[in-house]
Amino acid sequence: MRRNLAALFFIFTLFAVVGLYQPRFLAPSSLNSILLWMPIITVLALGQLLVVVSGGIDISIGSILGCSGIVVGLIVKEHPTLPVPVALGLGLLVGLVLGMVNAAIITWGKISPLIVTIGTLASFRGLCFLLSKGQQIDGSMIPDSLTSLARNGLTLGEITLSWLLILSLVGAGGFALAMFYYVGAKSLVAFGSNPSAAHLRGISGNAVTFWVYALCGAMAGLGGVMYAAKFGFVNPSSAGQGLELTVIAAVAIGGAKLTGGFGNVTGTLLGCFLLSSINVALSVMGVDANWQMLAYGAVILVAVLVDGLARREK
Amino acid sequence: MKFRALIPGVLLLLSIILASRLSPHFLDARYLLDTSTLYAEMGLLALAMTLVIISGNIDLSVGSIMVLVACLAAKFFEKGLGIPAVIFLSLIIGTSLGSLNGYLIAKLKLPSFLMTLGTMAIARGAAQAMMGPSSVKLPKAFTGLDQSLVLGLPWPLIIFLLCAVLIGILLHRTVFGRWVTGVGSNEKAALFSGVPVDRVKILVFGLSGLMAAGAALMMDSRYGVARHNFALGIELEAITVAVLGGAAIKGGEGTILGTTFALFLFMVIKTAMGVANVKPEYQLTAIGVLLILAVLAERLRREGR
Amino acid sequence: MKQFSLLLLSSLFLYGCNSATETPTPGPSGAVEAKTKIVFIPKNTGNPYFNQVSAGFEKSAGALNLDYNTQAPATADATSQLPIIKDQIQQGVQVLVLASNSPDALNEVLDQAREKGVTVITVDSDLTGNESHRDLAVLQTDFSKVGPSQLELLAKTISYEGEFAILSATADAPNQNAWIAGMKEAMKDAKYAKMKLVETVYGDDEPQKSTTETESLLTKHPNLRGIISPTSVGLAAAAQVLENAGVYPGGPKVKGTGVVLTGLSTPNQMKKAIEKGVVTSFQLWDPADMGAIAAFLGKEMQNKKTIYKPGDTVEVPGYGKLSVGDKNVIFAGPLLTFDKANIAKYDF
Repeated sequence: MRRNLAALFFIFTLFAVVGLYQPRFLAPSSLNSILLWMPIITVLALGQLLVVVSGGIDISIGSILGCSGIVVGLIVKEHPTLPVPVALGLGLLVGLVLGMVNAAIITWGKISPLIVTIGTLASFRGLCFLLSKGQQIDGSMIPDSLTSLARNGLTLGEITLSWLLILSLVGAGGFALAMFYYVGAKSLVAFGSNPSAAHLRGISGNAVTFWVYALCGAMAGLGGVMYAAKFGFVNPSSAGQGLELTVIAAVAIGGAKLTGGFGNVTGTLLGCFLLSSINVALSVMGVDANWQMLAYGAVILVAVLVDGLARREK
Repeated sequence: MKFRALIPGVLLLLSIILASRLSPHFLDARYLLDTSTLYAEMGLLALAMTLVIISGNIDLSVGSIMVLVACLAAKFFEKGLGIPAVIFLSLIIGTSLGSLNGYLIAKLKLPSFLMTLGTMAIARGAAQAMMGPSSVKLPKAFTGLDQSLVLGLPWPLIIFLLCAVLIGILLHRTVFGRWVTGVGSNEKAALFSGVPVDRVKILVFGLSGLMAAGAALMMDSRYGVARHNFALGIELEAITVAVLGGAAIKGGEGTILGTTFALFLFMVIKTAMGVANVKPEYQLTAIGVLLILAVLAERLRREGR
Repeated sequence: MKQFSLLLLSSLFLYGCNSATETPTPGPSGAVEAKTKIVFIPKNTGNPYFNQVSAGFEKSAGALNLDYNTQAPATADATSQLPIIKDQIQQGVQVLVLASNSPDALNEVLDQAREKGVTVITVDSDLTGNESHRDLAVLQTDFSKVGPSQLELLAKTISYEGEFAILSATADAPNQNAWIAGMKEAMKDAKYAKMKLVETVYGDDEPQKSTTETESLLTKHPNLRGIISPTSVGLAAAAQVLENAGVYPGGPKVKGTGVVLTGLSTPNQMKKAIEKGVVTSFQLWDPADMGAIAAFLGKEMQNKKTIYKPGDTVEVPGYGKLSVGDKNVIFAGPLLTFDKANIAKYDF
């Protein structure tokens, strides 16, 4: 709770400071671009949140996003009339399958998730090229029905809540409910905070681990379709590249304990909003893009250090 | 214990035989020696990474520290510093950055992958913020290390082999080496038996920073220019090589000989695929799969024991 | 168990290598004349623009009796092209054609290639400031015309009045900077007196960054009338932003006249935007021209062991007489303008 307040405080400070410097940052169009940035980071962050709470990490999500975007792109290219829910479902499925590959190796190979996902980060990116034969999915191949998800939605005055955003928020709501009520999610938290104790209480570590990575993959797969909808094209090399860093930063800022055992959906959403805002703020202020990497790194490091210091006090 | 190094060794031999059958252009000593200069920098990182992994940690920030030091060194030259001063300063900076990683990890009991994930972004970001999109040229006197030979061997290869011998002795023949292994196999037990665990961690990460700085200077000399976007993803290659060489990611086990074999194995695979016109993206996939299979194989080996 | 793991690894290895060999197709040496070995190394893989350059090579490979191959690095950074060049030299390539990711990091290895008798040609992106390290450059089109004609294309649609901005690739891209300088130079003409360049931003040829930069252009400059994006990633991203925001001329959320977007891109990437009216017109040369010309001249230079000098004139089949300019630069094709009327005719 205190962490959520801290994140809120960060957000307000950011808006106040940047707004003073460049008042146009507070204009509706600026808020719109922040809100259009959020959906992709949000779905990825929700998946990553599960993984982090279980005490692991998945850095292959950017490559999974790329694969899903390519596969769905190739399919809608042949079948432009494919209903949008089917496209979203397909993306989810591609992600789920790739996530299960991660999950299987991590669970039954008993290998460190970091090493496995470093390996699949490279392999899945290679898969993007294999699937697409090195060809980009061009804008003219993606049907309007899909790209309109980023364009249309609920409008409140000049603010547009795109269908993509609504979809990601609904997803977040679902996650939050599950975290509260679903016994599986509770066992996840128990598992992340103390695997051996959880085992004694009869929680099967293998099943938890497996489904956590599979779900994380599925969310990244959903992100792939959203990517295609938002950008209107999917390039096998750039789609999703480097997003893992942004997403881990969002989860960290959102107060999830990066060493496992704790995390909440509201905090993660705030983290996503804050990172999207930072991204837009840097560009509106005309800050050299060369500083963005530094900003993300600082965010992760601060979150990690706070985590470490808090634990030390205990 | 020594058997661990045998797997990458045998694989290396096998890969050389295969590669020479794959392409008639592969088996050419001068070409292979020249190519080794492309991998020597990553090799230095992998040597230190082996120790880091044996100590039960991981260092994702080495590539970024390497690039930051490479850019700083170029800036120092621009300011008019001489070669010895720049080398000295660079090594100091690299070692300090590495030690700082180690200090925070040890004192705050943070998981090393998180800590170094943060410093990875920060160091690369700092290099980018400092250099912007432009490059800085290095003085002529400093460049061309990879083209000068001693006894027919290029300098970077000699430096790598020398470092491998020294770090090998450090790991396998000294008390410090036993401490590193001890910390990695059972930190609590090591602490109770009087091993200065925190200091070991700081030193191991310090060594990682030192090697990164060395690699940075070699890279500067090879390219003749410094830029913030050089050597992207090199830390992942170094981890791959260390793990391929038999360093157990759980800590406690690994050999420098294995890492050395694995580096050459990595080089042979990449080079053989390159001369056989295999597309780079397939090379990417192959290396990723190889990493996972290597760890799986290690797992199976241990369970079979 | 040990044996098993060994077996597993080595079999993967065998498999990887075997399947790998299928990719290249070494031509049968039955031809009368030995084939000229030529390789094209683009900036990165999966880039539609370079795929079209490669198509130019492929088209002429048969007639010129070339053993053609293309090897692209997975990422567009300077260091990733270097090992590919070394491997190609080792394979005995005779003509090396390169779209360089860095103007200065490859000097050394290119000199090594030339010492071994390899003809080195740059296409699309030259080694600006280090031209002495290659033999010839085949560049897209007459550089001095790109800036002015892009400006004119925009000016016509906004009736020579209002604020506009430029969305470029990276701040150190020599081509981009040359074209932007050309636009600024052309702005001195009195007919552009009522137009004002408010800002130049850089999307680094990344979709995400280009999108953010375009969005903040719209936020920062409420009176913006036009955007020029002389790079295909930027143009595609900017078109998507205008469409999502609905502020293109005739768009659903437009206030006043809307924001006109133009720039450089391959036609296939922009067909939909043109159809919907988000973009009225944009330009490009045919990238395949560069490939075809580099293929022909590369073979000529290699077989005749010559290096052209500034002032020389060369006859290229299908392209007529081309003159070699300052620093051994040859300009390939004319600048084409695409709009609703003609875009269907092009497929690249």
